[in-house]
Amino acid sequence: ILCDECGCFCIRRHTHGCGLSQRVSKDRSSKPVNKISAACINHIVHNGGLYKRPFNEAFEETPMLVAVLTYVGYGVLTLFGYLRDFMRQWKIEKCQNATEREEQKDFVPLYQDFENFYNRNLYMRIRDSWNRPICSVPGAKVDMMERVSHDYNWTFTYTGRVIKDIINMGSYNYLGFAQKTGACQEAAAKVLSQYGAGVCSTRQEMGNLDKHEELEKLVARFLGVESAMAYGMGFATNSMNIPALVGKGCLILSDELNHASLVLGARLSGATIRIFKHNNMQSLEKLLKDAIVHGQPRTRRPWKKILILVEGIYSMEGSIVRLPEVIALKKKYKSYLYLDEAHSIGALGPSGRGVVDYFGLNPEDVDVMMGTFTKSFGAAGGYIGGKKELIDYLRTYSHSAAYATSMSPPVVEQIITSVKCIMGEDGTTIGRARVQQLAENTRYFRRRLKEMGFIIYGNEDSPVVPLMLYMPAKIGAFGREMLKRNIGVVVVGFPATPIIESRARFCLSAAHTKEMLDTALKEINEVGDLLQLKYSRRRLVPLLDRPFDETTYEETED
Amino acid sequence: MDVKRVKDYLYWLYYQYQLVTCSYVLEPWEQSMFHTITVTVLAMVVYTAYVFVPIHVRLALQFFSQIFGPQPEEPSSITNRH
Ligand SMILES: Cc1ncc(COP(=O)(O)O)c(C=O)c1O
Repeated sequence: ILCDECGCFCIRRHTHGCGLSQRVSKDRSSKPVNKISAACINHIVHNGGLYKRPFNEAFEETPMLVAVLTYVGYGVLTLFGYLRDFMRQWKIEKCQNATEREEQKDFVPLYQDFENFYNRNLYMRIRDSWNRPICSVPGAKVDMMERVSHDYNWTFTYTGRVIKDIINMGSYNYLGFAQKTGACQEAAAKVLSQYGAGVCSTRQEMGNLDKHEELEKLVARFLGVESAMAYGMGFATNSMNIPALVGKGCLILSDELNHASLVLGARLSGATIRIFKHNNMQSLEKLLKDAIVHGQPRTRRPWKKILILVEGIYSMEGSIVRLPEVIALKKKYKSYLYLDEAHSIGALGPSGRGVVDYFGLNPEDVDVMMGTFTKSFGAAGGYIGGKKELIDYLRTYSHSAAYATSMSPPVVEQIITSVKCIMGEDGTTIGRARVQQLAENTRYFRRRLKEMGFIIYGNEDSPVVPLMLYMPAKIGAFGREMLKRNIGVVVVGFPATPIIESRARFCLSAAHTKEMLDTALKEINEVGDLLQLKYSRRRLVPLLDRPFDETTYEETED
Repeated sequence: MDVKRVKDYLYWLYYQYQLVTCSYVLEPWEQSMFHTITVTVLAMVVYTAYVFVPIHVRLALQFFSQIFGPQPEEPSSITNRH
């Protein structure tokens, strides 16, 4: 159905930025009743009735010309890569990359696959935009150590100079708790002198301190769940707990863009893994239906458990999970839901409690709430929250509970103070103000970038803002030009993204002031003109790859 | 003033060419090699076009004028035209 109001394709229902869902009549002559015409090009909403707020998420199509030129660029680089490999092999030029030792020469080649070729011949040319050493706290501004390379990025030397006050658009410092002054720092320093840096033992042996239990109670209260458990590392929280939850004979339904830690956990568990299209509920429902109808392959026994793995905010796409629909599907097909809130906790929702809060849902509906303290809280570690039975089970069976050393008390204190600040339990409204500031910054920054004509991916409320660059030379040029203008950005390319969809990723923070954002936007605008990055033709992906049948969400009572 | 504008524009064009073809990230000797190849190929294309396109256009025109043009009354008139 072509919506006659904004010209976009939509399947059933449509909200026009007003929160009221309405049916777009198949009869194109009958106009929708409430008409809000301004700036509603990019609104595609399915099952609008499940959402309490407009859900505006857009992925603009790659323009054909840009795609072709990107491939041309990769073609040129690949040809030169072969030439250089040839020269290295015949010792025409000095070989600087890793090679097999003399005695290994006749065995299976180790450095011949595509990733090694890519690293050697493509990534190496623009490597100076990555892994830049910093020498200050990565707050809203950051100091960087200047470095130069005299051999085309094979080695770097420090010049000894420091580039001061770079506006930091790259840290996951959503609420600005990465500070070296303030309440969190003072509390952490006090705990450090009281408890020391850490106990060299696991939680199950001698490493369990009162601070850990305080943290877990606080996190459970913050999330609105019965019980919670904290771990020293976010990555391990995922990769070690999923195997404790599911195993052989279980089915994992995983979003195609899930983080490496979820993928690793799913693989380690030994369960069957099926992948659904990114945030595509039709695809998920089809997999669920198939799983219920057909059961396990060969034996046709029903699956023991079906676990859906999703993330709150996808850090490469800036999209927000369609949680209301996922929960409806989960209930309909009686499966379990594992939600990774690494990026969304603290960063979304009116009170900073993540996607569940953002959509106004009940935390009890999510079986396993996972998240990390690395991003919004300016600390380290991860947590899992849920029913008391679940957490008690994990305490005994999870590998990272049994074998990992317990968290360092000053880090725990940093988390406790920042969570209390967000909850307003420190007696101030600073936390609340930060959450609001972040939401404001996000909307402002995204709106301005869109107006300038860049292709921006993701949800309009997501503080992760990917700006599409596409061409490989532009990745390097963008990083360098922005650094020249004193703005620190993160650029992302293959293998973290599909090969043609290279992008720059801005992460907004509550610590950014309006002036900083305006400066950054001015410079981005300039660089965008210089590099011709304003690809947007303000057209939407028609989403025609979705099947045109309707998903139904009738509640099934047990 | 105008010379500067033209120069700036040409430089900008060159920069875009570098970005799109990725010669921006090549090392200097690779760049010169790449530019040499592109210039050679382009020159050859232009030269070929210069030499062969007029002939082809003339032949095509002749062909189409035979099809769509006024039909000759007698077959001998085709040879008469030359
Ligand atoms: C979705 C997701 N899960 C887990 C992690 C791992 O967290 P940590 O960096 O605390 O180990 C990350 C971090 O990048 C993430 O993005």
